[in-house]
Amino acid sequence: MLNLLNGPQTMGRGRVFWICAALVLAAALVYPAFADPYDVGNFGYFLIWIFMALGLCVMWGLCGMLSFGQTFFFGIGGYAYGVLAIILGNGPAATIVGLFGAVALAGLAAAVLGYFMIYGRISGVFFGIVTLSFTLALAFFLGQTAGPEWAIGRARLNGFNGMQGMSPLSVPWFGGPVVLEETALYYVLVAGLTATYLLLRVLANSRFGNVLVAVREDPERAELLGYDVRRYQLIAFVLGSALAGVSGVLYTSWGQFITPSSIGLPAAAMPIIWVAFSGRTDLTATLVGTFLLLVGFQTLTIYSQETALVVMGALLAATILFVPRGFVVGIGELLARPRRKRLAPALSPDDARP
Amino acid sequence: MMGNLFSYFYQFADVFSFLVLSAAGLAIIFGMMGVINMAHGEFIMCGVYVTAATFHAGLPLPLAQACGTLVAALIGMVLEVVLIRPLYNRPLDSLLVTWGLSLVATQGTLVLVGSTFPGIGTPGGGFEVGGYGFSVYRMVLFAASLLVLAFVYLLFMRTRFGVHARAVMQNAGMAQALGVRRSQVYALSFGIGAGLAGLCGALYAPTMSLIPTMGASFIVEAFVTVVVGGSSVLLGTAPAAAALAIVRTGLNAWYGQIIGQIGLLIAVILIIRVLPDGFSGWLAKRES
Repeated sequence: MLNLLNGPQTMGRGRVFWICAALVLAAALVYPAFADPYDVGNFGYFLIWIFMALGLCVMWGLCGMLSFGQTFFFGIGGYAYGVLAIILGNGPAATIVGLFGAVALAGLAAAVLGYFMIYGRISGVFFGIVTLSFTLALAFFLGQTAGPEWAIGRARLNGFNGMQGMSPLSVPWFGGPVVLEETALYYVLVAGLTATYLLLRVLANSRFGNVLVAVREDPERAELLGYDVRRYQLIAFVLGSALAGVSGVLYTSWGQFITPSSIGLPAAAMPIIWVAFSGRTDLTATLVGTFLLLVGFQTLTIYSQETALVVMGALLAATILFVPRGFVVGIGELLARPRRKRLAPALSPDDARP
Repeated sequence: MMGNLFSYFYQFADVFSFLVLSAAGLAIIFGMMGVINMAHGEFIMCGVYVTAATFHAGLPLPLAQACGTLVAALIGMVLEVVLIRPLYNRPLDSLLVTWGLSLVATQGTLVLVGSTFPGIGTPGGGFEVGGYGFSVYRMVLFAASLLVLAFVYLLFMRTRFGVHARAVMQNAGMAQALGVRRSQVYALSFGIGAGLAGLCGALYAPTMSLIPTMGASFIVEAFVTVVVGGSSVLLGTAPAAAALAIVRTGLNAWYGQIIGQIGLLIAVILIIRVLPDGFSGWLAKRES
């Protein structure tokens, strides 16, 4: 299984790449020793969003389904966690049930919506606008739930102001449960993200991942080769959307609040911008690019949120017009080029000929 | 009895005109170029703002509305040349570019104009049927939606541009070989689509409060109408709007606005499960 970490569907296969990756991971692990807890919490905040970016990378980059619904599933995960955590209370057992329940609900919603779209042969631009329609409708719906009649048990949905006061995630630990905040949350996020990234790499290079890429390149050809294209698309869609649900749960637990504005516009455009800018076809590029954009966006937001969003919109247009494959992928390919040249003679097609 | 019947018709007409007016521009651009214009809501917002600004500057309302329509159309044509032209044959990429544009337009307006703008009162007053009161302006909007459909029909079936446009739609290469300028047709189509979006904004400007994010309140309806309708305005958008208006009116009357919108979306995914190419694809298949 480990040999699937490297393969045709992922960039960065050399020893240099893995040494760099190990150094980055080591730096991330020792970072809390040198920073104050607030910065560590903020750093963790960036990591929360990367799960949904990786999910979009799987369904859009690998499988060719452009979903604008990442924040739809983010919202379902976040709100479901909020409701469950308020009803069940705090403590490891309750909040972990909340986590899995919320992610399962996001996955189930993706399975239902995905079934109707994918088995209805919706594709291309329509896939995007149908998912966006659902996303905006969910944001409108949650925005008008201010009244007391919109409550599940003790959990009020609270309209535009959003839910708050749910208990944060906690885990059992030696010597009593640990509430996941700041440094503890940060380590869980680093571990979770590393595991997700590595597992998705394995998935991308496995037989399943290769079929996803075949579907992206030419669904008809894949179907003629005997694959049930719709089943593969549905699985990729559910997987990617469930990862958005994971982001939603973590976000709600991180700040102990969630509002409809994390679902509607402009929030819904953000995952697309991160992944398009990074290079949708590669998981590593998505991971790195999303992180960089999140840091840049927050830096700009300090001055003016509107300006920051104008920059993000312009960045999306510029990426598509000038570097359609994505900036980070482009840079990655530039870095890999000299190595490939050295290898080129050995791999040249002339040698392969009999 | 009379009042009740008219009330149902009035509510249907209200939803129908909203769907037709908000979707017509999107449908023309999609039908002609295969491009979904994600900045559609922002062209509507542009129509609203220009109408309100010229109205406050002293123009009578109909003239102000014409200004809103024209400005949106001109901006549309310019943007087609700058942003869409490099992306012909890449429909997903043009969708993303227009989404970037939409973000820039919404947030840019927030920065430049601020979060509120003085509105326009609804003109026309009311009338009464069978003891119920109704707004005259809503009937004007219904008439306008029928006029837009008539305009689209005449434009595509009775003018030289329409012949060129349908030729490009059927076979762009052959049309070019016969001397039709594809890029010119596309720029005009995009301008007309943006202009119709501007017209939608101009017409609804007196009925809404003006905020830069108002485009978002139109696009869900516009999207689903185009998804259900398919690529043709006359054979797709109009019947899709009628069918969805019936669903929406019924749900609105019994359960309220928000259930109406959710029910609309459920109806849409059920319809696309049965008719993947929308109404116009289904009609075209039946004919052939």
